[in-house]
Amino acid sequence: MSLWQYVAERWDRLSLQAWLHVSGVVQCVILAAIIGVAVGVLVYRSSAGSAIATALSSTILTIPSFALLGLLIPIVGLGVTPSVIALTLYGLLPIVRNTIVGLAGVDPAVSDAAKGIGMSRVGVLSRVELRLAWPAILTGMRVSAQMLMGIAVIAAYAKGFGLGSEVFSGLTRAGSANSLNQALAGTLGVVILALILDGIFVLISRLTVPRGIRD
Amino acid sequence: MTETLDQPTEQGVSGAEIRLEKVTKKYPNTAAPAVEEFSMTIPAGKVVVFVGPSGCGKTTTMRMINRMVEPTSGVITIGGQDALSLDADELRRGIGYAIQQAGLFPHYTVAQNIAVVPGLLKWDKKRIDARVEEMMDLVGLDPGTFAKRLPRQLSGGQQQRVGVARALAADPPVLLMDEPFGAVDPITRGNLQDELLRLQSELGKTIVFVTHDFDEAVKLGDKIAVLGDRSSIQQYDTPDAILANPANDTVAGFVGAGASLKQLTLMRVRDVQYHTDEVLAVGDHERPAAVAEKLTKAGRVYALVLDARKRPQRWVHVRELAGRQDLSTVGKPVGDSVSVQSTLQDALEAILTEGGRAVVTGNRGELLGTIDIDTVTSVIANVREEHAGDEA
Repeated sequence: MSLWQYVAERWDRLSLQAWLHVSGVVQCVILAAIIGVAVGVLVYRSSAGSAIATALSSTILTIPSFALLGLLIPIVGLGVTPSVIALTLYGLLPIVRNTIVGLAGVDPAVSDAAKGIGMSRVGVLSRVELRLAWPAILTGMRVSAQMLMGIAVIAAYAKGFGLGSEVFSGLTRAGSANSLNQALAGTLGVVILALILDGIFVLISRLTVPRGIRD
Repeated sequence: MTETLDQPTEQGVSGAEIRLEKVTKKYPNTAAPAVEEFSMTIPAGKVVVFVGPSGCGKTTTMRMINRMVEPTSGVITIGGQDALSLDADELRRGIGYAIQQAGLFPHYTVAQNIAVVPGLLKWDKKRIDARVEEMMDLVGLDPGTFAKRLPRQLSGGQQQRVGVARALAADPPVLLMDEPFGAVDPITRGNLQDELLRLQSELGKTIVFVTHDFDEAVKLGDKIAVLGDRSSIQQYDTPDAILANPANDTVAGFVGAGASLKQLTLMRVRDVQYHTDEVLAVGDHERPAAVAEKLTKAGRVYALVLDARKRPQRWVHVRELAGRQDLSTVGKPVGDSVSVQSTLQDALEAILTEGGRAVVTGNRGELLGTIDIDTVTSVIANVREEHAGDEA
């Protein structure tokens, strides 16, 4: 059976897995963005705070994903929960780092003027600084999303969501009928989805980055 | 401090008086305060310029007025109201603020930038739109052309104009300006200074202006405060008085060489006694022989030839008249002339290029008189004498 036939025959299951994969990754990126931007906002004014936050989120990334999932299972059990926790943690670094870089890169004269003409602290942050840091934050989310598409495959070991289960069951059944097709379908599916998601990020950036700061 | 300033102003004053009393700013972990017991009254509707070397605390002092820097101690009142008891954000909405790099919001259009403070004050949309248009006209930017432009599509000078328009949008009584023209080229800078003076003559705001450029201070200030270390006031007086009689060596050093020349920029030809009968004026239809006769009779050697509308045309020496049939080609043309609105500096320039005496003309170019180097030197001598007794 060719790969094409395999995909066509099992389209229902594969498309569901693909949808779960993308949707899970997107939700984890959003979660990571909320936490990451919050952390960035809290620390960007202090160089020590920025350094610590970046170092901590880098450290998370050095933990092998397989090991992190394994360590989470005894604590939170199998299923979606450990996968979401792991993916969100991995997604933090690019977002935290880019938020800090983006906010620190805002022209001090602009922030000073915003405060000087009477914007509140929250106003300066939400109407000026975050708007100007937004391209950097969005780039961080894009990098996170690409990374998590791959890492989410590993989440299948914790009985998580998505195409990872195809890849792993294909690999564990190596040699038997359709095992290669199954692993390939899962892997190629992830690659294709990652490209589509990246395209969507480009589109979001076009739509949300203000004209005045677009390159 | 002497109060030599209080001439009544012709236009309305919309500014408010600012008083600072023993205002001190001390940053933690520093031995000396950045600003020490600074007391000053800034009169309503006047431009007061803080000048001083870098790091003297002049900017810190100005920033305490709108509490961008919180004073450690002291009292600041604006129009009689205690600035330190108000909510800082609300206080700032009532004070115009313009800074060196303009600090425009790059993601907002020109119109959106100007609309920020009225928006914060919750004006309704129609009123904001009308105000934005009015402000753009005021600073000389055509709303049709510039309203939708982005800051990065503007030149440095245009950005500064938008910065000033944004600062004035909510019609605040007080305007704080921190080296607003520091980052533009000298020609644009001169234009912006002229515009500010024009604006101020219409608006009558209380303006606190910080600069390290003494010439800018002389040009813009109704009063100048020369500040030294820890924002100590070395002299607080009119530009005239400071130029004529610097209070101490620090001020003298800051005034720099050429105080008299700078003084000349403050005075206009109409303010001085120029000569009205020093030259013999003749019409260009008179016969050369008749002119020569007039000159001999008056004991002069030079005549000034005027056209039918009394505009000066040529200088003629008595020796050049012999044998001529008409006056139109005799002598040398009048080069540089000055009007009554010209500064004495311009007059001096004209005197030097014209070789000792420059023609003074009225609004329609008609001859009013002449000015020479003696007039200029006696004016400077008078000013020096006048301020010699000042206790600074």
